[in-house]
Amino acid sequence: MWFFSSPAIVFGESSLSYLSQVPIQRAYIVSDANLAAAGLVKKVIDHLPEQAQIVGEYCAVEPDPTLETAVQGARLMLDARPDWILAIGGGSVIDAAKAMWILYERPDMQADAINPVEVLGLRKKARLIALPTTVGTGSEATWATVLTDPRENRKLGLGNRECLPDIAILDPIMVQSLPLPILIDTALDALTHAIEGYTSTWHNVFSDGLCLKAAEMICATLPCCVSDPNSTDYRADLQNAATIAGLGFGNSMAALAHGMGHALGGIFHIAHGKAVPMFLPYTIDYSLGGEHDSTRYRPLAALLSLPASTEQEAGANLAVYLRELMSMMGQPGSIAELGIPRHEFEANMSVLVDNALNDTQTIMGTRIPDLPDLEKLFRAAYDGRRIDF
Amino acid sequence: MPIFFPSDEWIKTMMVDLNNSSTYLDAAKNWEGDLYFIIQPGGNLQKPVTLYMDLYHGKCRSAFEVDGMENPPKPVFEISAPIENWKKVMTKQMDPMQALMTGQLRLRGNMAIVMRNVRAAKELVESCTRIDTDFPV
Repeated sequence: MWFFSSPAIVFGESSLSYLSQVPIQRAYIVSDANLAAAGLVKKVIDHLPEQAQIVGEYCAVEPDPTLETAVQGARLMLDARPDWILAIGGGSVIDAAKAMWILYERPDMQADAINPVEVLGLRKKARLIALPTTVGTGSEATWATVLTDPRENRKLGLGNRECLPDIAILDPIMVQSLPLPILIDTALDALTHAIEGYTSTWHNVFSDGLCLKAAEMICATLPCCVSDPNSTDYRADLQNAATIAGLGFGNSMAALAHGMGHALGGIFHIAHGKAVPMFLPYTIDYSLGGEHDSTRYRPLAALLSLPASTEQEAGANLAVYLRELMSMMGQPGSIAELGIPRHEFEANMSVLVDNALNDTQTIMGTRIPDLPDLEKLFRAAYDGRRIDF
Repeated sequence: MPIFFPSDEWIKTMMVDLNNSSTYLDAAKNWEGDLYFIIQPGGNLQKPVTLYMDLYHGKCRSAFEVDGMENPPKPVFEISAPIENWKKVMTKQMDPMQALMTGQLRLRGNMAIVMRNVRAAKELVESCTRIDTDFPV
């Protein structure tokens, strides 16, 4: 028994206009300062129905939102009493909005206790619309929320199936001015979602096709978009692909690259879209050393026209392809290239390993590392060495 | 020889398995919290059975079947399910996390502890699967 969950997805040119059809009475906006300054929040507000009243705005979500941000936002919502929450932003904003929404509906809960097991009983007070402004998060199509506990420098993978947004609106105008470096980071994050979603132990027939399609679209479109960054069509394709990948991995989970990326990002404050894709080739190589034929890289490699007569060949070629793609995009290929000094990296190794081992995504891979293996993985990723264990 | 589940002998065997596992010791080094396994009837199991484990920093300090005790423990966590579902999880026919998320296993307790210690929870289930078990279904 398992579920497939999806928001209503509105996509394509002028899809923001759909907002005028949503029966919003009391709107609460969640976003960040940069997006508000760039006019994207106003673009959304301009499309709200006539009767809608803006009862509050929290346009201060930081990158890697903390548990406290979620609590603060929920407290403000309790005073404002919205009936619809609009999350306008990337993964940090949408994740924060989900957590705020849960705590607004369930003020009895602790932010770090948001879990996938309990029945929360959401939607008694409000519903959620997600309007992504990047081409990677997928959060608009998943029930996950990642919040940071700054006391432990740790990202917590939280969530509940009920906090899946009701509506996701993908209007290309929202990503038209997305700066190219962030576009690349987030598109590679989406590619990681697609690949890990296809290969996680929770993969299923409903998520498989979505993950493959998203991987194909991103690999075909990203280089074109980098060559022609003002193309609305390429940006729209990447925006759609990110949500398709979100739907895929949101229903099948991510895996070890996310577990390691969360741990690294929590301690060294590296952007999710830089850290997670960087680990992917390493975790593919590591997974190939697991139980015989437990991986499923052949369809992915075949899709990219890579030699794939065996799983080993397919996985190895996929890892090489990803390294080359990331290098072509100017992305870091190792932890050292992220600018983290070795002594700081080594000083934090025990926390890094502990947090990665306890990340909810780490246990979804086909090969789950133990502590010594994870230390070796991190060190290999620091130096940019291939995985041979 | 397979050990009957659920029984006092079975939970004591699991206690030995956990205390011999260096992986569990490491995974659960921050875990503090005792728990009940509540097994609801089915097949040849006629009445509910409750098994208790006291888990503390990677070790199991005591384990027993709770049966007719005057002052039974009041543990921090409870996991309950029909015997059929326990069997599916313990024989790896059902993923424990998916079982929890679909309501086929029910967990009560401080979820903040669980969400920070997913590896401890996973290793606990792994221990269950290592025991040669005779099920009443």
